[in-house]
Amino acid sequence: MALELRGITKRFPGVLANDDVSLAVGSGEVLALLGENGAGKTTLMNILYGLYRPDEGSVVVDDRELDLASSRDAIAAGIGMVHQHFMLVPVFTVAENVILGQEPSGPLGVIKKDAARATVRDISERYRLHVDPDAVIEDLPVGVQQRVEIVKVLNREARYVIFDEPTAVLTPQEVEEFFAIVRGLQADGKGIIFITHKLGEALEVADRVAVMRAGRKVAEVTPGETSEAHLAELMVGRPVELVVPKDTSHPGATVLQVQDLVVRDDRGHRAVNGVTFEVRTGEIVGVAGVQGNGQTELIEAIMGLRPSLAGNVVLDGTDVTDYNPRQLHEARVSHIPEDRQESGLVLGFTVAENMVLNCYYEEPFSRVLVMDWDATNEAAQRLVKQYDVRTPGIEVPVSNLSGGNQQKVIVAREFDRDVRLVIASQPTRGIDVGSIEYIHGQIVAKRDAGAAVLVVSSELDEVTALADRILVLYHGKIAGEFPPDADITEIGLAMLGSGR
Amino acid sequence: MTATVTETVTEQPVSTRRTTEGRRATIVGFVLLGLTAVVLWVFALGAASDATATFNLSLPNDRFQGLTWAFNARALSLVVAVVLAALGAQRLRRSQLGWTNTVLGIGLLLFVVSFLGWAAAGSSFSLVGMLRSTVISAVVITLGALTGLMCERAGVVNIGIEGQLLTSAFVATVLSSAFGTVAGVTGAMLAGALLGAVLAWLAIKFQVDQIIAGVVINIFALGLTSFLASRVLSEAQDLNAPARVPSFRLPLLADIPVLGPMFFDHTFFVYGMLLLAFGLHFAFFRTRWGLRARAVGEHPKAADTLGIDVYRVRYRNVILGGLIAGFGGAFLALAQIARFEEDMTGGIGFIGLAALIFGRWMPLGCLAAGLVFGFSGALAQKVAILGTGIPSEFMLMLPYVATVIVVAGVVGHARAPAADGQPYIKG
Repeated sequence: MALELRGITKRFPGVLANDDVSLAVGSGEVLALLGENGAGKTTLMNILYGLYRPDEGSVVVDDRELDLASSRDAIAAGIGMVHQHFMLVPVFTVAENVILGQEPSGPLGVIKKDAARATVRDISERYRLHVDPDAVIEDLPVGVQQRVEIVKVLNREARYVIFDEPTAVLTPQEVEEFFAIVRGLQADGKGIIFITHKLGEALEVADRVAVMRAGRKVAEVTPGETSEAHLAELMVGRPVELVVPKDTSHPGATVLQVQDLVVRDDRGHRAVNGVTFEVRTGEIVGVAGVQGNGQTELIEAIMGLRPSLAGNVVLDGTDVTDYNPRQLHEARVSHIPEDRQESGLVLGFTVAENMVLNCYYEEPFSRVLVMDWDATNEAAQRLVKQYDVRTPGIEVPVSNLSGGNQQKVIVAREFDRDVRLVIASQPTRGIDVGSIEYIHGQIVAKRDAGAAVLVVSSELDEVTALADRILVLYHGKIAGEFPPDADITEIGLAMLGSGR
Repeated sequence: MTATVTETVTEQPVSTRRTTEGRRATIVGFVLLGLTAVVLWVFALGAASDATATFNLSLPNDRFQGLTWAFNARALSLVVAVVLAALGAQRLRRSQLGWTNTVLGIGLLLFVVSFLGWAAAGSSFSLVGMLRSTVISAVVITLGALTGLMCERAGVVNIGIEGQLLTSAFVATVLSSAFGTVAGVTGAMLAGALLGAVLAWLAIKFQVDQIIAGVVINIFALGLTSFLASRVLSEAQDLNAPARVPSFRLPLLADIPVLGPMFFDHTFFVYGMLLLAFGLHFAFFRTRWGLRARAVGEHPKAADTLGIDVYRVRYRNVILGGLIAGFGGAFLALAQIARFEEDMTGGIGFIGLAALIFGRWMPLGCLAAGLVFGFSGALAQKVAILGTGIPSEFMLMLPYVATVIVVAGVVGHARAPAADGQPYIKG
């Protein structure tokens, strides 16, 4: 009894996404599939789930070769998938989401709601998932939404379950709960594929770990015979520094003061509800917290991208609450926005154009009303070299670059001047380990050069690696302040609001 | 621990719901007080103190004849003013929130009654006649809204309803003139479905911007029917002479006072509209078919991963919507004036879209919105006859003002399906 992928090859225009990959997972076994973004994990799983068709190779379930033309075929073959971005209809109830596509119904297709509720309750009890069939998805926290996804998969009687980056949105405590659920499924005889880029999790939960790099499977090991450093090296293809090298900080004068800030989100809720903190020169303050606890709104309010309801933002003694982004730029504030494609770059613009987005109107890039392209290109050439941006040239659209290199374009643009305050939001989300190392190094360098740095990340590891002081944001309030060497469990509890 | 997480997170939306509810209550309170002032100054003081208004509650061919309601116009307005003021004050005190929309609805209804009393003071006026023409005016608007609903609930924006109505009205006229009513209605529905299929094909297969695709259909329909009307119908006059569809009195039901003549003494188009609105409401919210269609309109990718064919659902819904539009077009041509005229729809398809929004993307909401819009049309006619001095265009304008208010969110939030208008690209 096993699920196998045999010699899978998949080409996209210009990219070899999977190159002769073979994998197998048996019943009651957990296989971790490790690899960086862009290594081909997701493509492989989409093939397994019938969303893509392989150019070569085959999918075999219990010794039967399958031709998966759609996810319907995969479901029928007993394959279930919990996607990284949950596939739940936000305005539907839990029960409606669970039965969708397989509705218990009577004559005229009338849905038997009681049967649907009972199904959810049964599965929920059997695997201790604690979901309420009548709750509406958009009111549920992500941890619960993930359990709804698991109920969905189990309701389709999946024997093999694929989890795509399941822990990315969870707090450390929720991760522990999640692992308990995985072990329950394993004990029940399900075969599990667990896709992740987090080394520790792969080692903790898996029976075997397969490592992918650049579309190929480069190794398959058992947790007993490997270590995090070894796995990282396999993933990246060279030895990697897992710890950010930095000296102890020497904080100086206060640069940024945020006082009793209250900010509304798009729906009118108070996403930031009375936040006070300060950042001094030569220190990195990290903001940890589960996504959606007000981080986005806090940063947007500080950066003049969102009005605040109350409170002040003070920069070097000047009230900058009502400053717009350009005024802040001129006050020597750098900003790495949380979504590089949405707000960090103009994707259709060239690398050179993106390099001067914050200062195009200044000398020497602009003279009176006309752009000086020679000066712009010259600066872009220098920045590309200096900040190690891997690009075919400065004239290509920035959308052609990989995530890591796109992020380096932003870092180059924002860091290439004497800055007073750096605000970095999710600075390394979804980029390769090499680029992460580089960007972390740059952030620490800015700190050592005397800037005040505020880093926001939903990856707790990143916050603890970079920060000299950690603030935890929970429901728009600061739920705790910790030194960087604090106990992860304590920080985790604060992230759930049950800390001090 | 799970329990705490759930509790604390759901707490936030509830509290904000309360504040928006409070804000709406305040706004509605002020609106009601404003209406009170108008009722007092204009309707109560404007009517002569002894003027009696008479509402006729039966039509000539009703079973129960001579039902009337006569009252002193000023006294009625004073009573209405007291009730409106009480309702408004209650809202502003914010003691008992909830039911805000119902309170607003009752308030507006009382206001209209008071207005009619003032307008009819010293004379008599057929209330049932007006309600009956309300239902007739609502048919095309409601059917247009239901067409939009079918498409938008599955994630395709259809602004080509106007063109579908016009084309099917033309087809209905010609086929009905040549082969009879059944052929006319069937042909019209097929014509509507065909244009729906074109829209779906452009929107799904080629991912053409759906607004542009809809506009193209409208322009095409207007050009084609105008050309054919001036070249063909003007030559062959007998192709522009369909038999008018007769009314069919539903036994017993039509004898109920007021409601009988209002709803149950009509052409089959009216019964079709009522059945469709109730049937679709049931289908969308109780059946497998409806759950899948809504899932496709809200989160197509989720539906796809569960093995639901997003493209098929979208094609099917847009084409079914076309059938409904075709039915509406046939009503225009065969039940109202029994001939085709150039641009005879005159923008009513767009009014249907407004009714879709006003009805908050719910089938019964579409029917209610159609009736409200139809009522203002009927009111405008009557007011013109009564000669109150208020321009009838002003009355016709009111429902659209109401739509703007609804869309602006004052009367509560109206939320379109999340994937409305977004092409779905597989994989």
